Amino acid sequence: MLKLVGRRFLNLMLTLAIVSVLIFFVMGLLPGDPAAIMLGTSASPETLAALQQQLGLDQPLPLRYLHWLAGVLQGDLGQSITYGVPVTGLVLERLKVTVPLALMAIVLSIAIALPLGVHAARNRNRTFDVVAGMFSYVSIAVPGFWVGLLLIILFSTLLGWMPAGGFPGWQAGIAASLQALVMPAVALALSQAGVLTRVSRSAVLEVLNEDYVRTARAKGLSEAATIWRHAVPNALVPVVTMIGLQFTFLIAGTVLVENVFNLPGLGRLAYQALTQRDIIVMQSVIMFFCALVIIMNFLVDLAYLLIDPRLREQVS
Amino acid sequence: MTISAIRRPIFMSGLVITMLLLAMAVLSLFWTPYSPTKMQIANKLKAPLEQGLLGTDHFGRDVLSMLMVGAWNSLSISLIAVALGASVGSLIGVVVAAKRGVTENVVMRLCDIIFALPPILSAMMLGAFIGAGRFTAIVAIAVFMVPVFARLTLGSALQIWTRDYVTAAIAMGRSRLQITRTHILPNIAHIITVQITIQLGLAILTETGLSFLGLGMPPPTPTWGRMLSDAQTYLGVAPWLAIMPGIAIALAVLGFNMLGDGLRDLLDPRSRST
Repeated sequence: MLKLVGRRFLNLMLTLAIVSVLIFFVMGLLPGDPAAIMLGTSASPETLAALQQQLGLDQPLPLRYLHWLAGVLQGDLGQSITYGVPVTGLVLERLKVTVPLALMAIVLSIAIALPLGVHAARNRNRTFDVVAGMFSYVSIAVPGFWVGLLLIILFSTLLGWMPAGGFPGWQAGIAASLQALVMPAVALALSQAGVLTRVSRSAVLEVLNEDYVRTARAKGLSEAATIWRHAVPNALVPVVTMIGLQFTFLIAGTVLVENVFNLPGLGRLAYQALTQRDIIVMQSVIMFFCALVIIMNFLVDLAYLLIDPRLREQVS
Repeated sequence: MTISAIRRPIFMSGLVITMLLLAMAVLSLFWTPYSPTKMQIANKLKAPLEQGLLGTDHFGRDVLSMLMVGAWNSLSISLIAVALGASVGSLIGVVVAAKRGVTENVVMRLCDIIFALPPILSAMMLGAFIGAGRFTAIVAIAVFMVPVFARLTLGSALQIWTRDYVTAAIAMGRSRLQITRTHILPNIAHIITVQITIQLGLAILTETGLSFLGLGMPPPTPTWGRMLSDAQTYLGVAPWLAIMPGIAIALAVLGFNMLGDGLRDLLDPRSRST
């Protein structure tokens, strides 16, 4: 078990290294001088030369990568041009919004999808199943950032129940902060829930024909106990896989939804860096998001081992 | 097939929605009720039916005309991006399936990595250097589609390679290229077709997200995403501006997803069970 986790971890490190090389080199090879892009057209040649030197643009790309990597390993992502502060601090500050938002969205989507999917599987081809099917069709098709706009129209401008956007900051109290994250999380969760409903429905359907479900019923377990104690745990592997696969889309959704709700998260930071042409911040945020997706997939891999004991035995 | 197609509500609904949308998009090239870029400040923020069928925006532009042109922009970008991604990805998939070995490992690992980069972020990267626009949007979406199709074709092609008729072809001395052309491709073509349809829905979602962030076609060209982004300022006074483009996006994605699911049922009866 430990050996397996170790091997997966090495794999993870290797993937992260390759990703950083790829992004660094793609950005380095794109046409355009980052210093010139960041300073705009009005900069004097002296300022331009100074920034080029500060960024090490006069050095060859591989050397620049090694410099950057050495910095990253010491927790130094460079200096933001527009904010004038270290990028590391900026990113960590924004993570306090993005990570809770993403987690809330994942939990919410499971809370919606699992009961829906399980219930739909139990009522296969009956009204509930059809309605759940329509729900997942529609929620997959609806863009999350649009759901955000609709929620604002309904709950903020019409009813006035919820703040239309912004984030008070965790120091202003957990309740107020969580309230600011509720609508964005719902907007993000809906499309995820559509996909997960489908997956959990078909996973449960597949499991319902297994011998152990028949045995559970035969020994007189209630239907609810049969489903939730025997069928659902066995149907979880595909559901967890899908959560991992969907994580890329969740990240993309965060970028959009944070912009709809004016949340000071990582996605908003990426967008601001883009409009302010702060390439150092942008590069760091993009790498960070990719790393999040890859680490999430690593965790999903580990989750298999927790969910399915057979996988553990196979290895040891 | 035609009769069973008509009897399938999901396939037919998807077909009707996508065809209507496509017709609207193509029509916008020749005719729109009003000029989609003509500003009439005197008629700004008019409600639906008060001015034009779907009202006007903050510059007095006709919303329906903008939606029609937006349909063309979204569809054309998505179609080109998916076509590019599907061709490159499928080519990689069948080649790797024929070669196997180390190439397979390397390509699959690369696919995992590209798949970890959401198209919104690669579009930001491209946008910062070469500017936002049609090209940036197409490249960002197409790059993301490549691993999707490479994985899918590799997986399905490998299955076909184990079939008896392929073994027979190998025994007869056919080259890998010949086998790929005569046996592999025809047998996985339907899987690729279904995936193209489904990915078109995803591409539209992505394109509207990109143009929402200002990474799509530059103004004054109307796009669904920018219509939504502009509408944010007027949620209180003109909510329809935020509602109409969203419905258009949702319908488009729904149409392609239903068409894809319907096609899968039609082309691959084995997948019908669940």
